[in-house]
Amino acid sequence: MTANDPSSTSLQLTADGQLRHFLTLDGLSRALLTEILDTADSFIEVGERSIKKVPLLRGRTVVNLFFESSTRTRSTFELAAKRLSADVLNLDINTSATSKGESLSDTLLNLEAMASDMFVVRHSQSGAPHFIAESVTPGVAIINAGDGRHAHPTQAMLDMLTIRQHKGEFEGLKVAIVGDVLHSRVARSQIRALNELGAAEVRIIAPATLLPRDVESLGCTVEYDMARGMKDLDVVIMLRLQKERMEGALLPSEREFYRLYGLSREKLALADPECIVMHPGPINRGVEIESAVADGPQSVILNQVTNGIAIRMAVMSMAMGGQMTERNRKLAGRAEG
Amino acid sequence: MSTLKITGGRLASTNAETTLLIRDGEIAALGEVAGQQSADSELDASGCLLAPGFVDLCCNLREPGNGQKGNIASETLAAAHGGFTTLCASPDTSPVNDSGAVTNLILDVAAKRSAVRILPVGAITRGLEGELLSDMAGLAGAGCIAMGNGARPVKNARVLRRCMAYARTFGLTVMFSPENQALAADGYAHDGLVASRLGLLGIPEVAETTAVMEMLLLAEETGVRLHLSQLSCARSVEMLAEARKRGISVTADVAMHQLLFTEDALSGFDSRYHVRPPLRSEKDRQALLAGVRDGVIDAITSQHQPHDSAAKQAPMAATEPGLSTIESTLSMGLLLVNRGELDSADLIRALTTGPAGVIGRSAELREGAAADLCVFDPEARWTPDDTNLRSMGRHVPLPGKELPGVVRLTLCDGRQAWPLNNL
Repeated sequence: MTANDPSSTSLQLTADGQLRHFLTLDGLSRALLTEILDTADSFIEVGERSIKKVPLLRGRTVVNLFFESSTRTRSTFELAAKRLSADVLNLDINTSATSKGESLSDTLLNLEAMASDMFVVRHSQSGAPHFIAESVTPGVAIINAGDGRHAHPTQAMLDMLTIRQHKGEFEGLKVAIVGDVLHSRVARSQIRALNELGAAEVRIIAPATLLPRDVESLGCTVEYDMARGMKDLDVVIMLRLQKERMEGALLPSEREFYRLYGLSREKLALADPECIVMHPGPINRGVEIESAVADGPQSVILNQVTNGIAIRMAVMSMAMGGQMTERNRKLAGRAEG
Repeated sequence: MSTLKITGGRLASTNAETTLLIRDGEIAALGEVAGQQSADSELDASGCLLAPGFVDLCCNLREPGNGQKGNIASETLAAAHGGFTTLCASPDTSPVNDSGAVTNLILDVAAKRSAVRILPVGAITRGLEGELLSDMAGLAGAGCIAMGNGARPVKNARVLRRCMAYARTFGLTVMFSPENQALAADGYAHDGLVASRLGLLGIPEVAETTAVMEMLLLAEETGVRLHLSQLSCARSVEMLAEARKRGISVTADVAMHQLLFTEDALSGFDSRYHVRPPLRSEKDRQALLAGVRDGVIDAITSQHQPHDSAAKQAPMAATEPGLSTIESTLSMGLLLVNRGELDSADLIRALTTGPAGVIGRSAELREGAAADLCVFDPEARWTPDDTNLRSMGRHVPLPGKELPGVVRLTLCDGRQAWPLNNL
């Protein structure tokens, strides 16, 4: 069992398979993932206009509920919501309610009382957006902006959009994800997306201390030796390494990590010459990646950021659309009944 | 003198039809002799099985100190509803049961409000903190039937070794849930496929198996009678079987939910099934079932952990472990019987004579003994919900599902503990 989890599927999809929440890529079909990418493509053009707004979420209230700090993700969600004409409220909960001992359920009840239409949730605990989606009033859409080690589905989808822009299609692609997969919600979502979209191989390159148990069951192969792992790669995705990993006896030192698993020009030269270099950011130059590579011609790291806005606009508008369809169906059902 | 005749039922152990005559709380006659006598009241137990009252080696009653989760009156009534008549009460209360005074308090409340028999387990370390020895002799004198550390860890192998040696001095049984704290760390789910996919923090199998090995070696050296509570891993069952072959004095139990569920229950982040030790793989479940069938695992426990609703309403990492199980333990066992995974006789043994043997008691339906039994209909069905559950914990396994097995009568030490109304 690698992907399809019926409880998540029924939670985030409407009866006819539209998104109503966006919690995980588990259980989402290739057709739906492609629809997200296509929708995002259509929004890229909006970002290039002088007036960068479409009225899809006009009159809607989007609450950015960040229980864990973030700069990039939160600001791109905020921009995405504003470009969709929504009213946006940013709440950094890690510094307010919960530190006063209020439970997550109680915080939510209070926020719901403000009649919000969508919560964009980041939380340090895996499954928090699921919990919220199960507890909120019907009609409120939940978008996962990263939960614990579980999932970061909008990040993975913006990565897929970036790959598609540069490679055209996923069939036949060899993709490596390098570094701290154990703690990475990004990697889990990327592996899932790449498998569903038909990549030929997803290769994890990392030492054994940074791998989840039975990681192959997620749909990937494992390579401990980076030089071997770089062979024939079309895409290499570097993961961020947190400093705490040294303290937890998972790694001896940043220096040794960089020597073995950092992406240097020499290592990149072992991949396909057209190989693109990605990183979800923020990057640690000289820890995961050499500056010359991060800024080099094969790097698409800044494209990822731009695509982040389009993907988040796509997901927010699709989830709100799903919620509307459901509401209309219920109203129609009530009228008939 | 009052008499009750139970007719038409079958003995759960042998499946033979029999009649029971109970006079003044004692089994006065069994079988044909009983059938020929008249009685003040009669229970038609056609279709039902008769078993000794179930014995639970690990049950949390939450009293003293955790009244929002449960109390002796509510949880013992729930136990009677589940067919249990003897409960070994975890020392993990507030205050911890680490002195004769707390034991006395528990037994005093039990005498007034308990529906069934409570046998307290004393805290083997002071405050369950895993560092200093408690007054074990005093606890035993006050009525504790064994010493344990609840679900909490003992600080290190040296303290564990001294706990065992000191308990050995007084011939006490020690009960431990084997878990290496450093390996379990902040985990709350089996370190396997589901945790990897959902990004849950894992408790690896070795957190249990290294602790089992350490405990077996220390038990062998100290000569203490060791009981391993709530095994969850296939490898633990193997080591247990081997230790028994070598003559180490060790017994073990498994929680019923470990026999029915696996890590898959956590899919979709269902924190109801956040239990400790965690639900593990199908391979582990199969090995635990085989352990019960072979008798390597002596007992099945409820590992009943009632909670208030807030304890389970959070993302999984922030929830408290445990299920409210005691009213559905028999039903879960019957589901296993109906699936052909467990024989009815093995199930009943693991709920009666097996656990009774661990604490040096007997559990049998015998002439002249106090009537301590339960009568249940294995075919009848019920759906656990707020109208019929007696425990304050409503986070039951399989909520809203129709389950087999309805308890018609529980007699504890000759007194009717369930149902509340007259027959």
